[in-house]
Amino acid sequence: MTAAAERSGAASAHRIRRGTLLRSEQAQGIALISPTFLYALILLVAPVLVVIAHSFWTQDFLTIDRTFTLEQYRIALTEPIYRDLLARSLYISLTVSILTVFLAYPIAYYISFHGGAHKSLWLFVITIPFWTSYLLRVMSWKVILGYNGVLNSGLMGLGIIDEPSTSFLYNTNAVIITLTHAWAAFAVLPIFVSLEKVDRTLLEAAKDLGDGPIRSFLRVTLPLTLPGVISALLIVMIPTVGDYVTPKLVGGKDGVMIATAIETQFKRGANWPLGAALSVITMTVVTVMAASIVFVIRQAGRRVR
Amino acid sequence: MPDRPMIQIAGVSKAYGSFKALDDATLTIREGEFFSLLGPSGCGKTTLLRMIAGFDTPTEGTIAIDGQPMDGIPANRRPTNMVFQSYAIFPHLNVDQNVAYGLKRLKLGAAEERRRVDEALAQVSLSGLGKRGATELSGGQRQRVALARALVMRPKVLLLDEPLSALDKKLREQMQVELRRLQQAVGITFVLVTHDQYEALGMSDRIAVMFGGRIAQVAAPSQIYQRPVNRQVADFLGGMNFIRANVVETNGTAITVETAGFGRVKTEKPSGFNDETRETTLGIRPERLRVLWDDAKAKHEIAGTIVDRHYFGEITHFIVDVPGFEKTLSVSESNNFGADDLPVGAPVRLGYDPDALVALAD
Repeated sequence: MTAAAERSGAASAHRIRRGTLLRSEQAQGIALISPTFLYALILLVAPVLVVIAHSFWTQDFLTIDRTFTLEQYRIALTEPIYRDLLARSLYISLTVSILTVFLAYPIAYYISFHGGAHKSLWLFVITIPFWTSYLLRVMSWKVILGYNGVLNSGLMGLGIIDEPSTSFLYNTNAVIITLTHAWAAFAVLPIFVSLEKVDRTLLEAAKDLGDGPIRSFLRVTLPLTLPGVISALLIVMIPTVGDYVTPKLVGGKDGVMIATAIETQFKRGANWPLGAALSVITMTVVTVMAASIVFVIRQAGRRVR
Repeated sequence: MPDRPMIQIAGVSKAYGSFKALDDATLTIREGEFFSLLGPSGCGKTTLLRMIAGFDTPTEGTIAIDGQPMDGIPANRRPTNMVFQSYAIFPHLNVDQNVAYGLKRLKLGAAEERRRVDEALAQVSLSGLGKRGATELSGGQRQRVALARALVMRPKVLLLDEPLSALDKKLREQMQVELRRLQQAVGITFVLVTHDQYEALGMSDRIAVMFGGRIAQVAAPSQIYQRPVNRQVADFLGGMNFIRANVVETNGTAITVETAGFGRVKTEKPSGFNDETRETTLGIRPERLRVLWDDAKAKHEIAGTIVDRHYFGEITHFIVDVPGFEKTLSVSESNNFGADDLPVGAPVRLGYDPDALVALAD
């Protein structure tokens, strides 16, 4: 009898605990987001975990040896080829994102400040290049930059060069140009949104206090739109590090990036663990770089005041 | 040097397409004066202020500040500073940085800049709040920061665009007193835009009343209140009884009119009065009519019946029906003599001073 009483007492205590847990706001919050949270878990976290797991294993032809080892990381970090490819990828993505922001800012500024009643039309026009496939857009740069391309014939027609130059296509610069063009519109939107949020009276106040247009831009508009600039940089930088279509099509031998090496390990190289280790290293480096960009820009923003 | 002109506005108009926001405004604002532009929304007062500041350009006419014509001179090179209606406090800067914003360009040196910022913050009673972030301020504090930020520039003219409209009543009344005190202390010419007649009456040396893009009257507060030029001005500046009157005679600056209760009244002729007009309006403020108790006598009095009363605490408003008048009269009586005891339906005699009667152009 005592045992039964104890059991029922324990059960009721359990019920009470469950009751308060379900009634707490935190629990309700978690319950509310759980479907989407599970969805995100399956589609985002699980694949990453699979990749991380693979990076600690080894592959012997077709079988995966699941003993824990750091061998893949040793190879990935010591082989000069991977270091060079990673460095080049970072260089390209950083250059592309900075160029993109420099190109996108004036566009966003124009639309926001001088777009008048046609702001949404302008934004619509900017999306037009995206109606064609990414591949086609990359291919069209091949037409522009190639040996018999638009650029070469144009320059020859103007008499600036005598014979077609081979220096436009199949190198790092070709990759940078193509990626910058492909991602420009993605940078316009966050910058546009942050410009729209700038209270125009603040610019009048700056003018009233003696600032000309350039000064008020540097002291008011730019600091207030830094969040937009940061997100534009990240939106472009993070995916371009891992791009492998563009380097493959216009990069030639000098434009190979880390993603191509990763692809090779997963396919022809048949070394999934090494590919996984390279992926994990790339992700880590991109995260660190993104965080430091955010930090540096925030600090610079504070300095401008 | 009193009465030296600081702002001269000559024939200024502003048109947006076919709409005239401001129509041929001519006005002189004196040095060291607290001047108000008063009118309902859409009367062109803010347009005029923005043209003085340099944010808008006149379609016609010229504005000169301290003798210098301002044509083509942008806002950043004018000797004016503005307190914006929304205050426009820079959200990414703290109070000190906001106040020092305009000083940075002057390259005063750190010590001098610090001294002027502290001085300005002290003037608006914000000493010690310099390190507060712009987003951590209350409405009243934001208003003071905006004021300090403009005053620190030591402008010749300080422009205030409805600076008190976002504050609650208590704070607004307190700030009115403070603004007036501050203006007296710094001696800078203040130009205030407002739609609140009490604000304008309480703070200004002179007021320009504006309607529909035109300046209707420019005068000192008591003059504007007691001798409005027309019905519109009279009505905008608080309650007034309007009585239809026949014009008996016009003579130079004088006019004689006749009404039922008040009889013949000789008074000042309103400016721009058309001498051919045979009928006009006679006005008297409700507080210039006083209830005569028991057997009290007044030199001039009219009699009527109380038809309604409204109690407002410090005063009671009586609606009095006077035989021969188309409309009832409003009378406001101070409650310290027991006016709240007077019942509806009681006969009442009202005393008045003929000086309080004013002839108005329609």
